[in-house]
Amino acid sequence: MTTPAAHDSLIRRGTVLTVIGLLLLALVYVQAIWFTPLERWQGQAHKILYIHAPVAYMTLSAFMLAGLASAAYLFLRDRRLDTFAEASSELGLVFGAAMLTTGPLWAKPIWGAWWQWEPRLTLTLLLVLLFVGYRALRNAIDDPDERARYSAVVGIMALAMVPFVHLSVYLFRTIHPQPVLLKPSRPEMPIEMLRTLLFSIAVFTFLYIGLVTLRYAIGRRRIAASS
Amino acid sequence: MTFWRAVLVIAGKDVQVELAGKTALATAVTFAALVLVIFNFARDPAEVTLATLAPSVLWVTSAFAGVVALNRSFAMERHRGAIDGLLLAPVSRSAIFGGKYLANLAFVLVVNAVILPLFILFFNVDLTPALGWVALALGLAAAGYVAIGTVLAAMTVRTRFAELMLPVLLLGFLVPPVLVGVQATTRLLAGRPPGEIVGWFRFLALYDVVFITLGFLLFPATMDE
Repeated sequence: MTTPAAHDSLIRRGTVLTVIGLLLLALVYVQAIWFTPLERWQGQAHKILYIHAPVAYMTLSAFMLAGLASAAYLFLRDRRLDTFAEASSELGLVFGAAMLTTGPLWAKPIWGAWWQWEPRLTLTLLLVLLFVGYRALRNAIDDPDERARYSAVVGIMALAMVPFVHLSVYLFRTIHPQPVLLKPSRPEMPIEMLRTLLFSIAVFTFLYIGLVTLRYAIGRRRIAASS
Repeated sequence: MTFWRAVLVIAGKDVQVELAGKTALATAVTFAALVLVIFNFARDPAEVTLATLAPSVLWVTSAFAGVVALNRSFAMERHRGAIDGLLLAPVSRSAIFGGKYLANLAFVLVVNAVILPLFILFFNVDLTPALGWVALALGLAAAGYVAIGTVLAAMTVRTRFAELMLPVLLLGFLVPPVLVGVQATTRLLAGRPPGEIVGWFRFLALYDVVFITLGFLLFPATMDE
């Protein structure tokens, strides 16, 4: 059992990482707005990419890590894994909210509509809703062990849905821009834009680590306080 | 008792309970019929033809009826602590899942078997050339989501707001098979050759394999005491 002092130092560390992450995020904005060339067809709207794509990637990663921690929990029955899954799923919802806000802002000028019932949108929305359900389930159970087990089961099943999300992208016609980074051939993007995008992804990853550390430490302290 | 024998005994028990009462089945079928009627009135007949709406109506009705049916599965066991008797039986937790799954699947398939003729009657669609394929798609989709629903129902029945929690969790998992099912049915009703929809059937089959396997693996964790 870790001590309250250890939780406090973890909270401090998480706070420091988060603040650094937020400062770096300001740099992402500066870099994207003033030091990255305009895309020829989409103009200013294209710049949302530097926020939208990284938060989308972080949303999926956060959910994926929550699912993996859930799977590990069922094998190892270590409560820390459950606390991590709780923290990561919550951050997935935060990044998910950012993804679902920035997406329509870009879509209105480019597609002419805030929302399209297009497979990738539908299914990322679906993943977000699955994890809202996961949160609802957590809140509806009082016994901590039962909560950890049940949410682990739902977390694993939600994780198993991710490949179906990807598969569906190829089964349906889509008007969503195809992945620019994670594809077998070379990324098709000018180096200046690619640099900004990769920088932003790195910053959001860093921000996730800071926030997840902070949220995890708070979760641990909460458990220590209640037991 | 071997694993599969235990599975069949538990499934048989649930089927017997259902046949003795028939209330749940009658309720689920009535529910499905009501959904079909509501859908019929939820459109402007001058703007939207029945044929345009038909595939979505079929799948949404089937999915909603499935959720209603699954809620019953563990609510029944919860009543007067029947689940404790089941857990005390010298069979593995996976076998309990197998039995519950088979009984639930049978229940949902029977409800679907009633929905299909009602749907043809109310919505005046000619399913004859594609009936087998549409039934197969409904069956494949049910095989997957009933596995998920069986695991979820075992947990939600023990939470606060149980009746609300199952649909909130399960409907999310239902979207991919419903999406795929509607696409496949639309093409079948338009007389497209089955070869065009093989990909969607593979998708449904894969969904089944993944979630039935997960059901057997994860269900024991929902029954730890």
